[in-house]
Amino acid sequence: MSNRNSLKTKLVASPYIVWSVLFIIAPLIFVVYYSFTDASGAFTFENISALSKYTPTFLRSIWFGIVATLICLVIAFPLAYFISQTSEKVQRTMVMLVMLPMWMSFLIRTYSWMALLQDTGIINSLLGKIGINPIHMINTEGAVILGMVYNFLPYMILPIYTVMAKLDYSMVEACQDLGGNRLTVIRRCILPMSMPGIVSGITMVFVPSVSTFYISQKLGGGSFDLIGDVIERQFQQSYNYNLGASLSLVLMVLILISMAVMNRFSGDEEGMVI
Amino acid sequence: MKVVSKIYTGLVFLFLYAPIIVMIIFSFNASSSTSVLSGFSLQWYKSLLEDEATLRALSNTIILAVCSSVIATVLGTAAAVGIDKFKKGAARSSVMAVTNIPMMNPEIVTGISMMLLFVFVGKIVNADAVLGFGTLLIAHVTFSLPYIILNILPKLRQTDRNLAEAAQDLGCKPVSAFFKVVLPSIMPGIVTGMITAFTLSLDDFIISYFTSGPGFQTLPIVIFSMTKKRVKPDMYALSALIFVSILLLLILYNVAQAKSDEKSKKK
Repeated sequence: MSNRNSLKTKLVASPYIVWSVLFIIAPLIFVVYYSFTDASGAFTFENISALSKYTPTFLRSIWFGIVATLICLVIAFPLAYFISQTSEKVQRTMVMLVMLPMWMSFLIRTYSWMALLQDTGIINSLLGKIGINPIHMINTEGAVILGMVYNFLPYMILPIYTVMAKLDYSMVEACQDLGGNRLTVIRRCILPMSMPGIVSGITMVFVPSVSTFYISQKLGGGSFDLIGDVIERQFQQSYNYNLGASLSLVLMVLILISMAVMNRFSGDEEGMVI
Repeated sequence: MKVVSKIYTGLVFLFLYAPIIVMIIFSFNASSSTSVLSGFSLQWYKSLLEDEATLRALSNTIILAVCSSVIATVLGTAAAVGIDKFKKGAARSSVMAVTNIPMMNPEIVTGISMMLLFVFVGKIVNADAVLGFGTLLIAHVTFSLPYIILNILPKLRQTDRNLAEAAQDLGCKPVSAFFKVVLPSIMPGIVTGMITAFTLSLDDFIISYFTSGPGFQTLPIVIFSMTKKRVKPDMYALSALIFVSILLLLILYNVAQAKSDEKSKKK
């Protein structure tokens, strides 16, 4: 009786399974299909061999993604720690303040950075008032990375904070009792214990940074093409779906590999803590 | 140390809010510049309220968010209840792996993969403009589903399985046992999942950009086509209004939560 019930209950999931086959798996098969065919639908390796031209773009995307992720980590770790040290009421407000910008259109926020960074923009006119010569900021590598850090910083702060807020502070106290100074306590005790948060933060920042296309166009002025920009152009301007599909396929494989590496890494870390 | 941490926190928040502050200030600018202030005016708010295209996009966005979050919630809740009964093994782990795909894949890949599917099907059925409300709805439901399922599954795990059986022993039919016993206990997960789906849908640009057509445009897409040219402060005015309404909602939510926390403490 109970077995039959559970079979019936399992069947409740079938609409979802049909949905995910149609709209998650089938689209990915189409990415593979388009990667290996030409515009007329005939099998070809042309798209894949054309990819070598984009190696510098891929490398730049990965490099920018790594730098942005590291900067986010360096900014977010102390902040998450400080937030976790405050009272419960203050913590709730701070978390709300971290999340609030994420609900604003990232397009408008990025555009607003353009107004801040321009040569005659707000930052330079403020600097001018205290007698500093204008600094060229817009359309540089730094501006693109700043845009990534700005947009994805909350995705680093929140998971690290979530882990830190639940930390077992008797461990921290034990570490202090054993004679650790403040830095040792952070390095040997708090850092390893917050590893799960750090790992999920890294993936949550790295993936959108590597694949972004809007930030680089607006803040990089078109001179720092990222892989997302190239893919976007294939679909919205030059209508070369096949090349676009093969670029996406490589991007997807790249990200899967880096995630597998990250998971491995976090698994080892967990082993270390135990 | 205390002072250092306060200054640090202040600086990070300044960084997070700098563009938003700029946006709010310039939404009151008398000229159309977004970098030079030339006086106070409400003209951009006025022109926003008169701009039919933007208002239509705003209502499109809300309609889409409501429809997609409701469909995703129903489909996702059923999925979670079914998956919960799957025994640990190949079936369960492959369903979970597929569920994770839209969350792990870069949004641009999810967007173009669905676009390829829609365009291909469109070619087969000889439809000229497949991309529209329907394709957007499918895309939004698809990327919302994992957030719903992953919010409900832990709640199901915490629910005492004997409760549903006890209800059945007391004469409840399985279906009504579900609605009377299981559903209330997973409700918090359903609500959180639905709110997440709703906000994701409101804010989504990348996936919508590839799966929408000229016939049905959402606000982020309209904003995108405007930022291709020069943005007039009316977009800033719109964003300022959105910011203030989200801020108010969050404050209300937090006050309500603080009150219910106090109540449960008193008990």
